[in-house]
Amino acid sequence: MGAESWIQIVYILSAVCFILALNWLSAVPTARRGVLTGVLGMALAVGGTLLNPGIVNYTWIAVAFVIGSVIGVPMAMMPMTAVPQRTALSHAFGALAAALVGTAEYFLRAGGAEMDRFTMGALGVEVILGFLTFTASLMAFGKLQEILPQRPMTHRGQNLVNLGVLAAAVVLAAWLVVHPGSHGLFLLMCGLALGFGVLLIVPIGGADMPTVISLLNAYAGLSAAAMGFVLNNKLLIIAGSLDGSSGLILSIIMCKAMNRSFSNVLFGAFGQVTAVAAAGEQKSHRSASAEEAASILLNASSVMVVPGYGMAAAQAQHKVRELYDELTRQGVNVKFAIHPVAGRMPGHMNVLLAEANIPYDALLELEEANSELPQCDVALVIGANDVTNPAARHDKGSPIYGMPIIDTDKARTVMVIKRSMNPGFAGVDNELYYLDRTLMLFGDAKAFVADLVKEVDAQGGGRG
Amino acid sequence: MNTDLLISHLWVFLLATFVGLLVIRRVSPLLHTPLMSLTNAISAIAVVGSLVVAGRQQSTLSTVLGSVAVTASMINIVGGYLITYRMLSMFRKGKRGK
Repeated sequence: MGAESWIQIVYILSAVCFILALNWLSAVPTARRGVLTGVLGMALAVGGTLLNPGIVNYTWIAVAFVIGSVIGVPMAMMPMTAVPQRTALSHAFGALAAALVGTAEYFLRAGGAEMDRFTMGALGVEVILGFLTFTASLMAFGKLQEILPQRPMTHRGQNLVNLGVLAAAVVLAAWLVVHPGSHGLFLLMCGLALGFGVLLIVPIGGADMPTVISLLNAYAGLSAAAMGFVLNNKLLIIAGSLDGSSGLILSIIMCKAMNRSFSNVLFGAFGQVTAVAAAGEQKSHRSASAEEAASILLNASSVMVVPGYGMAAAQAQHKVRELYDELTRQGVNVKFAIHPVAGRMPGHMNVLLAEANIPYDALLELEEANSELPQCDVALVIGANDVTNPAARHDKGSPIYGMPIIDTDKARTVMVIKRSMNPGFAGVDNELYYLDRTLMLFGDAKAFVADLVKEVDAQGGGRG
Repeated sequence: MNTDLLISHLWVFLLATFVGLLVIRRVSPLLHTPLMSLTNAISAIAVVGSLVVAGRQQSTLSTVLGSVAVTASMINIVGGYLITYRMLSMFRKGKRGK
C-alpha cells in the first residue's frame, strides 16, 4: 500500500473523530470527551498530511506552527465577556486560510491542464466566501470590541450597492470558469469579495450579532468544504460541511428567537433608532431603593433572574453570583432565565454565568423559564430589555411583535435594574416598566447588584 | 476534476451536511458558545490544504500564502480547542439542598 492510501485511512479516522466530537458535545457530561476527540481528529489530519510526499520543505511549516501556537494560546485565555469578539476574530483567521490557499492554487494552476471548469468553479466559491468572511468577521470584531460604532450605519440605496458588488464578484467567477487565465480579473474578484464583506456588516447593529456570527461560522465552514472540492480532499469536505451545518442551525435558532428572517437581519438594519417615541405622553413608573428591593427579595421564596447584554457590558456577573449565593443561603430559590439571543453570541449568557461559578442546572431555557414564571415571586431583570417586552405578544405595531419573550410580567413582582428610563438599543419603549407590579431600580448594574448583596446580607443576617 | 469525481464529492458533501444537521440539532442551548468555538477549531481543517501549499516549494508566492494560511489555521486549532476545553471546565452542577 502506498503513502496515498495510508493518508486516506488516517483521514477517514480523522473524519470519524470530528463527527464523534460534535456528537459528544451535545450534553455537559460528555462534552469534554468531545473536545479531546476533536483534538485527536485534528492531530490525525495534520499528521496524515505531513506524510504527503509532495511536501518537501518543512522549515516554513515549523515556523508557522510556532507563531500560530504563540498567538493561539493567549486567544484561548480571554475572559468570557470577550468571547464574542474572539470568536469573530477566529472566523476571520479560518476564512483567511481558506481564501489564501485558494489564491495560491489559482496562481499555480491557472492556464494549466489541471484547471478544469469544475475546479475553477469550486475555487471561485472558496475564494469569494473566504475573503468576504474574512473582512466581514474583522468588521464584526471591530463592532464587538467597540473600535467601530455598534450602531447600524445606513444610507440610501445601500442594499442595491451591496448586492451589486456581490453580483459583480459572482459574474467574474463565472467568467473565470470559462477563461481561467485572466489573472487580473481574479484579483478584481478577490477585491470585490473583500469589499462586500465590509459593506455587509456596516448596516448591522450590535443586537443582531448573534445571528451574524453564526452565519459567518457557516460561511467559513463552506469555504473549507469548497477547498475540499478544489483539492479533491474528502476530509476537508466533511469537516467543512459539519462546520457549515452548525453555523446554519445556530443562525436559524437565532432568527427564530427574534422572529425575523435571514434577509431581514442582513438587509433590515434593525436597531436603527426609529424616532417614534411618544414624546408628549408621560407614563408613570415606580422606583425602589436597594434597601426596599433587598427586603422584597428576602421575603420571596422563588426569584427568576433575567440577564442580558447589559449585565455583560457592566461586568456584573460576579456580583450576580454573590447575590445568588447570599439569597440561596437565606433559603430563596434562585434561577436564571436565558433567552437564546441574550448577549452577543449564541449561548453567551451561559458561559458568562458558568465562569462566575453559577451551577448550570440553575440556568433555564426560554420555555422552561416561562412555565415557572407564573409561580415566581420576583423576576429580577439585569441588563435585558427587548426580550422582556410584553408588546412582543400583543402589539402588532411594535417592531418586535411576534418575538418569543421571557414572560417576566407574569411574576408577582418585577424588578428592573436600569440606568435610566431611556429606551434601549433598539429604540423600542418597554411597556413592562410601566406596569403596577414593576419596580425600577436605577443605577449601574454592577454597583446596584453590589448594594443588593450588602442589603440582603445586613437584613437577612438576623433571620439566618 | 471530472464529472464522476464532482458527483462523488457532492455525495460526501450532502451526507456530511445531513450528519452535521442531525448531530448539532441535539446540542443543548446551554453549550452553544462552546459548540461554536469547537466547530471553529474543526474548520481549521483548512490546515490540510495550507500545509501542502506551504511545503510544496513550487513558487515563492505559494510558499508565502501557504505559510500565512498555516499560521492562521494553527491559531484556530490551538486557540479553539483550548478555549472550548476551558469553557467546559467552568460548567459545574449545583449542590442542591445545601
